[in-house]
Amino acid sequence: MRDVAIVATAQAKSTVNSTLTTPELLVPVITSLFEGLASKGVERTDIDFWCHGSCDYLTGQPFSFVAAVDVLGAWPPIVESHVEADGAFALYEAWIKIQTGQAETAVVFANGKSSSGPVDRILALQHDPYTEAPLWPTMTATAGMQARAALDAGVVTERAMAEVAARSQRSAMSNPNALLRGEHDVDELLAQPYANAPLRTHDCPPVTDGANAIVLATADAAAKWCDRPVWIRGIDHRIDTQRLGARSLTTSASTAIAADKAGAGNGKLDLAELHAPFTHQELMLRSAIGLDESVDINPSGGALCANPQMAAGLARFIEAADRIANGSANRGLAHATSGPCLQQNLVAVLEGAS
Amino acid sequence: MSDDVLRLRQPIEVTYTWSAGPGSSGHMQALSEGRLVGKRCPVCEQVYFPPRGGICPRDGVFLGDDVEVGQTGTITTFCIVNVPFLGQEIEIPYVAASIMLDGSDLAVQHLIQGCPADEVHVGMRVTAVWKPAEEWSTTLANITHFAPAGNDEEASDA
Repeated sequence: MRDVAIVATAQAKSTVNSTLTTPELLVPVITSLFEGLASKGVERTDIDFWCHGSCDYLTGQPFSFVAAVDVLGAWPPIVESHVEADGAFALYEAWIKIQTGQAETAVVFANGKSSSGPVDRILALQHDPYTEAPLWPTMTATAGMQARAALDAGVVTERAMAEVAARSQRSAMSNPNALLRGEHDVDELLAQPYANAPLRTHDCPPVTDGANAIVLATADAAAKWCDRPVWIRGIDHRIDTQRLGARSLTTSASTAIAADKAGAGNGKLDLAELHAPFTHQELMLRSAIGLDESVDINPSGGALCANPQMAAGLARFIEAADRIANGSANRGLAHATSGPCLQQNLVAVLEGAS
Repeated sequence: MSDDVLRLRQPIEVTYTWSAGPGSSGHMQALSEGRLVGKRCPVCEQVYFPPRGGICPRDGVFLGDDVEVGQTGTITTFCIVNVPFLGQEIEIPYVAASIMLDGSDLAVQHLIQGCPADEVHVGMRVTAVWKPAEEWSTTLANITHFAPAGNDEEASDA
């Protein structure tokens, strides 16, 4: 395996009901990414591979992802790819591209304007088109079914879920990119009415527009481009069946396997950035990965405080990597999910100086 | 066997709120006023009409000033369409062309009418023919077609 590091990151401040187009959301992000690298003499033409995560269903325009190539300044011609998924899965593709020796450096970027349409309903379209999608199983409805199953199985409690919400919004108070933040009393949260029983408003993510980007580099390039590279020590991606009735909704087998293969348990973790859009999902992920109380969970506030579809998973890499790069942590875990009820899960272990 | 389901209709409808964005809004507003407005890249100084979502694909930066371009331009390439297809609205044969409007650095696609198809040629000067003003909205379809301008020799750099 080739050593691959995260050497630069950039994020847009989360918004909602943006009047910008999806590519326009990206322009300041890519600009800022290269402003950050300018002192090392890095230019756009130094990038071997570009990989993009977004979803045309969010914009309602077929091939709308192609317009994002304009943002890259793709002249002379570049090598670019796109995944119809979260940017974290684009990062996985870029990591593989580097492993195969076809690239030494890559930019991974993601954008999602969740407010362009009824995002809850749009995400229903990721289900089986013949028997499930016609029922319009919204993201919140399927998450509610999962939460109900987990509550009944005793895997989570409503109090533990409210504690996740309170801790996340408190952590987000120091995150300028978050959309929701604040101090909340758990008992007061539990006194709130259900929004989609058994989920309350604090259990669900805010509709968020956002964009972000990461630069990956091999050891040679990282040494030139970065003072404190953040190494991807392990990365793995596993998938549960998309058929909700054919798997346990109260455990995440794919997360457990991915975490094991990525080497999550091979050392002490200082922090974990978990892509859990719903409070009960964070509790399930912690259990699947085996994270104990010593691990700082979602110091950014996580997807419960800013959930730009298709960018919120890559944001977990950025939030973990930034804390390792600035020295406040040394070994961290980044997780991204895709599909209903934690169907797909990607886990990476990130580390600073060894 | 006759009871087997062989075909399934699953109509899917989602309503979006589409934002033109600051990069295209001025261009679309101008179209509703009968003007052709593109944008200039502050780096490479190319003028884009239409403004491609307000981003320069060469430099990856937001385009800058609005620039009004000419109603007349030069055909850079064209195709004579002889093939009938479902939903065709124009009588064949017709000519689809790329037109470099005066003052723009990006060719725009449109129809050529007002002359026999076999008289259309690269370098031909053509000018916009607009619908009646009361039918204008924020679309390039306000222009029904481009017609020969009759002054090929004035082509700037065709």
